[in-house]
Formats: sequence, C-alpha cells, structure tokens
Amino acid sequence: MTMSVILTLMLLGSLLYSLLSGTAPELAAGLLSGAEKAVKLAFSLAGPLCLWGGVNALLREAGALSALKRVMSPLLRLAFPSAAVLGAEEAICANVSANLLGLGNAATAPGLEAARLLAGGKSAAGAELCRFVVMNTASVQLVPATVCAVRASAGAALPFDILPAVWLTSLCALAAGLGAARIFEKLWKS
Amino acid sequence: MEKLTALIVPALVALSCAAAFLRGRDAYALMCGGARDGLDVLRAVFPPVLAVLVATEGMRACGLLDALTGVLEPVTRFLGIPRELAPLMLVRPLSGSAALALASELIFTHGPDSPVGRCAAVMLGSTETTFYVAAVYFGAAKIKRGRYAIPAALIADFTGFVCAALFARMFSWFNELI
Repeated sequence: MTMSVILTLMLLGSLLYSLLSGTAPELAAGLLSGAEKAVKLAFSLAGPLCLWGGVNALLREAGALSALKRVMSPLLRLAFPSAAVLGAEEAICANVSANLLGLGNAATAPGLEAARLLAGGKSAAGAELCRFVVMNTASVQLVPATVCAVRASAGAALPFDILPAVWLTSLCALAAGLGAARIFEKLWKS
Repeated sequence: MEKLTALIVPALVALSCAAAFLRGRDAYALMCGGARDGLDVLRAVFPPVLAVLVATEGMRACGLLDALTGVLEPVTRFLGIPRELAPLMLVRPLSGSAALALASELIFTHGPDSPVGRCAAVMLGSTETTFYVAAVYFGAAKIKRGRYAIPAALIADFTGFVCAALFARMFSWFNELI
C-alpha cells in the first residue's frame, strides 16, 4: 500500500514537472530506459545470486549454522533473559545465526516463532520483543551478498572490500537501536 | 586489507564445498539446488525493481529528482552524506526491492568505487526494510501495539545512514593507504 502511494507520487510528480519544465520527451525516454536498466540489472545479478544460493546451501549442510548457534547462545541469553522460560531460546538463536549468515529464508520461520513466544499472547509488545524486532531490523550480516553482487557486476575492483565498513556501520546502527529501545522502555507511557 | 577481503569469496566457496563434502553430503547437488533458489530470488525481486527503476529514471530524466535532492541538500550536507543518496534513505525502511533498485542505479551510474557508489553499497548492506520486518513479526505474534519498537528501529536506520557515509569514506581512504 505504501509503495503504491510512493509509485503514484513519483509518476504523477514526474508528469507534472515535465509539463511545467517542458521535458516531456526526456521523461518518455527515461521511463523506457528505466525498464531497460531493470532487465540489465536482473541479468547481471543472476549469476552472482545463483552462486550465492549455492554457497548458502553448502554452508547450511556443512554445519555452519549449528556451529554459529552454539557461539551465539550465551550472548543471546544475556539479551533475552526470559527466553528460556518462554521456550524461545532455540528460535532466537536460529533466527540470529541465519541472519548473520545472510540466510534470509532460514531466518524468517524461527524469527516468527520467537516473536510469537516472546509476545506470550499479550497484545502490547514487551521489552524483549521490542529488542528482538530492533535486532532484526538492524540487519547485522557477515556477507551482504546481493550488494557485493551488484558491485561486482558494475565492475568494482574488489567487490567485497566494503565489508569492514558494512560491519562497523551495522554494529553502530544496532547499538543505537538497542540503546534507544532501552531508553524508550523507561519513558514510554502505554 | 585489500588482500584479505579479496580472499573472502574464494575461501567461502571452497571451504563450504569441502566441508559439506567431507560431512558426506552431495556437494554438487547442493550447489545446483542453491543456484535454483537464487533464480527464485531473482524472479521475486525483478518486477518491483522494474517498477521502481522506471519511476526513478522518469524522475531523473525530467529533472524532478535533481530538484528534490537540491531541496534536501542542506540536510544531507549537514549529515555528511552525498546528496544523491537522499532518495535511497527515504525508501530504505519501506521497501527492500525499491532500495535495491535505487542503490544499484547509483552504483552503476557513479561507478562502484566512487564515493557515492561505495556509500550506497554500505547503506544497502547494513540496514533492513524496517517497516516490513516489524509488520511481519508483530503480525505473527498478534501484537496490536508495537510501542517504541519502530521509533527505536528508525533511530538504528538513521544511525546506519550517517555511519555508512562516514565509514565508506574512511575505509576507501584506508584501502588506498596500504
């Protein structure tokens, strides 16, 4: 729904602006070149995306996910002290580990399960559920494969050399989100 | 640094293949099955990417995009973010495929190793589709009031945008140094 509003505003705005500034021919050419660019992007992304899908499957079967879960579980026990009581420990661990590895599909199912358990049937989100949602929206990923695929297809010298910057940025964003959640928990009235 | 990051992909591909094989899994079949998953991702992402790219290219061609980023320039300059990234920041929390389309467009137009291209890549790689994720998780948990989760998550996004510009610049300088 939100995207429908945005798309309509973008298209209608362009039409009005081109009428005012007399750039209607450029607008027409721009719309078509946008469609062409989408196809080019899809083709250049296809190879790297499929390769990454393959590596994902290999990583999963090689036991990387369960190894990472073991490393993460003591840390997560600190962030979600009531998870053990609610039986959400396993689901939180699986969700966070899969997110770290960039396995979006493997992260969703345990993520939903964890959210359901943390909610405990209440209609307002508690502190730990809010923390969990903030963690999931901050996207800490070890290898953001899609972005690197785009960089590679655009001819980057070293597609993966943005990784240190991505890690630092994610960690700062996560820290800010968790800090904000902590402060809001005390201030929020309802 | 450069040498190390260049090793990530070859090491990841080779070691995951070897590890799966040594655990007695059919590594070749896994690789092929995973590649099929990649195609599914592509098929799901293509239509929304096309819609957004058509609209943004239209906006750029008629001059509206330039006018808008010009209006927002004081804000982006204050935050130390290149002005071309304003549309990406506005769309990032709302739609993942729209953000992918905008960031790719910036990376291709300005070059993957240009300041704008690097910043767009870091931004896309280190943030998430906040509203979508919150909606899905709260929906599954039957939560009516998310309380402060979305404001806190948006603060995380905002911090991510500012840090992306900062660290993208810092690390490209660092990479040139060694």
